[in-house]
Amino acid sequence: MPPPVTAENNKLNRRLGVDAFLTFMRVVMSTFVILGLLMFIGQQIDPDNFVASRINPDATGLTAAQFEGLVISGLSQGAMYGLIALGYSMVYGVLGFINFAHGEVFMVGAMTGMITSNKLDESGAWESNFLLSLLFVLVIAIICSTLTAIIMERVAYRPLRGSPRLIPLITSIGVSFFIQNVSVVLLGPGAKSYPTLPEWLSKKRELLGFVTIEGTRLMVLVVAAISMVALWYLVERTKIGKAMRAVAEDKEIASLMGINVNRTIVTTFAVGGAMAGVAGILWGLLFRSVVHTTGFLPGIKAFSAAVVGGIGNMGGAMAGGITLGSAESVAPLILLEPWGIDGVSQLKDAVAFLVLIFVLLVKPTGLFGERLSTEDRA
Amino acid sequence: MFTCGINNNPTLEGQTMERTRKLLLLLAALALFAVACGDDDEAATTGDDGDDMAETGNDMAETGNDSEMMDHLGDGSLGTITVEPGAEVQIRSLNALTGDVALFGLPIHRAIEIAVDDYGDIHGFSVSLGQGLDDLCSSDGGQAAAQTIVADEQIAGVVGTSCSGAAVAAAPLISEAGIVMISGGNTSPALTSDLAGTAGENYNEGYYRTAHNDLYQGRAMALFVFNDLGLTTAAAIHDGDPYTQGLAQAFVDAYEEIGGEITGFAGIAKGDTDMVPVLTEIAAASPQALFFPIFQPEGNFIAAQAPGVAGLEDTQLLAADGLLVAGYLALEETEGMYFSGPDSRFGENVNQSTGKSAVDFTSAYESLHGEAPTSPFWGHGYDATAMLLDAIESASYVDGDGNLVIDKAGVREHLDGLTGYNGLIGLINCDAFGDCGSQKVTVIHHLDSNDFEGSTDNVVFEYAPS
Repeated sequence: MPPPVTAENNKLNRRLGVDAFLTFMRVVMSTFVILGLLMFIGQQIDPDNFVASRINPDATGLTAAQFEGLVISGLSQGAMYGLIALGYSMVYGVLGFINFAHGEVFMVGAMTGMITSNKLDESGAWESNFLLSLLFVLVIAIICSTLTAIIMERVAYRPLRGSPRLIPLITSIGVSFFIQNVSVVLLGPGAKSYPTLPEWLSKKRELLGFVTIEGTRLMVLVVAAISMVALWYLVERTKIGKAMRAVAEDKEIASLMGINVNRTIVTTFAVGGAMAGVAGILWGLLFRSVVHTTGFLPGIKAFSAAVVGGIGNMGGAMAGGITLGSAESVAPLILLEPWGIDGVSQLKDAVAFLVLIFVLLVKPTGLFGERLSTEDRA
Repeated sequence: MFTCGINNNPTLEGQTMERTRKLLLLLAALALFAVACGDDDEAATTGDDGDDMAETGNDMAETGNDSEMMDHLGDGSLGTITVEPGAEVQIRSLNALTGDVALFGLPIHRAIEIAVDDYGDIHGFSVSLGQGLDDLCSSDGGQAAAQTIVADEQIAGVVGTSCSGAAVAAAPLISEAGIVMISGGNTSPALTSDLAGTAGENYNEGYYRTAHNDLYQGRAMALFVFNDLGLTTAAAIHDGDPYTQGLAQAFVDAYEEIGGEITGFAGIAKGDTDMVPVLTEIAAASPQALFFPIFQPEGNFIAAQAPGVAGLEDTQLLAADGLLVAGYLALEETEGMYFSGPDSRFGENVNQSTGKSAVDFTSAYESLHGEAPTSPFWGHGYDATAMLLDAIESASYVDGDGNLVIDKAGVREHLDGLTGYNGLIGLINCDAFGDCGSQKVTVIHHLDSNDFEGSTDNVVFEYAPS
């Protein structure tokens, strides 16, 4: 009897084909990365070595200070991605859908910071009492972005609780456009600047004797670290955190245990919004310019960071952010430039998303991904 | 027990795989979307106005037959526009009115409005500018606006765009419709010619401009940096836009030609905020000068972040007319930079069509808008409008029924042969590829972020093609 040609068999063949293709992609991408890295090391040792002179004759290699600058820029950018990613990850953990409007919560934080800091600058407080002003700006921005997140949940997502997951997802895209356009109507479409930071903060300083870092970037890293620790404490060591974890595990059973599921979900949104607010202020202080589309690309990158780190995992979100930010900053020059590709810096965004694809190919659950529960959350 | 565990796993695995696969797909789609968003493709679709052309051609044949033609330019080959008694001659302004580049485009738009007022009637017909159209400083914006324009067959000409990137998409559509477009702000060589007789890749008939060609601006900056500043190594950054890429390339070519060494030529993506990677790429060779002829807000980030990158601490920063706007010069970190741009010392120049001088213009502008123009191309926009209205006047006549008939080919004929025209910007001569500007370029040294006019008047180098 010939083997039955069934749908089963076809499916099997197709799956084998897909597996083979995925393996092929893994090999190609790894080879590209490893070769690029080797060539970069070659360039650093001797910019005129025989490979570089053939593939990338303009090679000059980087100095230690330049490399350090790249890494620090990547880390500070990544820390902000991480802070935003926390919001994506937490909401996904609890509700199982991706809140695409979270980038806009970040933008609201940055915009509020811009308005408040400019008002303080006009009154002279920004210069005379910088630290207090900064704290004030931070608090106002956190309040505004938290409120935005809470209102968003109440108006747009709660009525859709229990509907198929695609529906809140699409709604979130609508919410995102809505907030962007409200910002255009209220504040106009142009880029708006933050006031200049005091010299003592923005100047470069030596750290531990061997790292030179701009004060602003140092502040970004420190504030991100503090926020992360505070969040970890909240989730792992408090009653609210316990409730959040329980709701993430299973909403129905959590409510049977006497947990107020609605309140817990609002809290999750609020905490994510607060983190985005902090990131918004840091972004504003670092780049000193905001526009209504500020939230879009960082939002998508932060979402990618959440997936890279393993969505639903908070440590993973932070690690994913740092990985993505560093890769975006460092990879064009150390992985692509040795190949002699022109305009590598224009490929920064493409690199960020390639990192995502690469991580998912090698480890589909993300760097720190864990299986949350068997409930289908895609 | 053991087998039970194994049996459980595949389902779990399957679900996870299924989940991740869906996620992966979604992500891939998003990634593509995001990358595509940052990309400004200059794909310009040609409109389907071939039929309209044929129609207007027929109309023209009719009107041509039954009226005693007055003396006017044009052979009717592109059709005519008939303005009925009591109606207005329609032209349009197409400039960057919103967004970060509005500081650059708005003064041009306002200059066009003032020029239309100053010019008065054409053969007794008043001129209407309609609603100002926005080029959004992008090819998408330019294309959308051009489609609106060509859909209205009454429109006789366009003054715009502000940005070369928008003109690349708008010019083919407007050219196809048989009307003309005169820009007061475009400078990319691709839109006209290489100045040696070869048309640029985006040249279209019926395209003219009063702004300079960037080959001159690039050369002016190169001469200044190499000879006057005595810097022998330089690098350039562009953002992929036709204006920025064309100007950066013109600078690089001219600089190498006169003996300088280019150590880097890099691109950024519009929307980038963290410039440390691209600056590090440039810093690897420690150039003495860095030319970045881009726009805001990316220009802000480069000026702010460059001094912090190892290898660029002492590099002289240079920019061009796209950043020569009040909002950019007001940033403290731009102090000490040099900017190339059009020679805006219009002094006592008088536009021959309206009889108004640059001084008349600025006082009219200030009384209307409560501020001085925020960028230097207003003079070019004003002259472009006066030239367009002149061309319409000499290509039109009033027929037996009192209609004003504008011959589209005549408008082009007038502009093609324009020489010795006195405008606010100086003497205007149009070459065969639509370059009409006075081509005077200056370099200014920006010293005080609180004094925009003081800085723009601080001319340290001037250039005019020989």
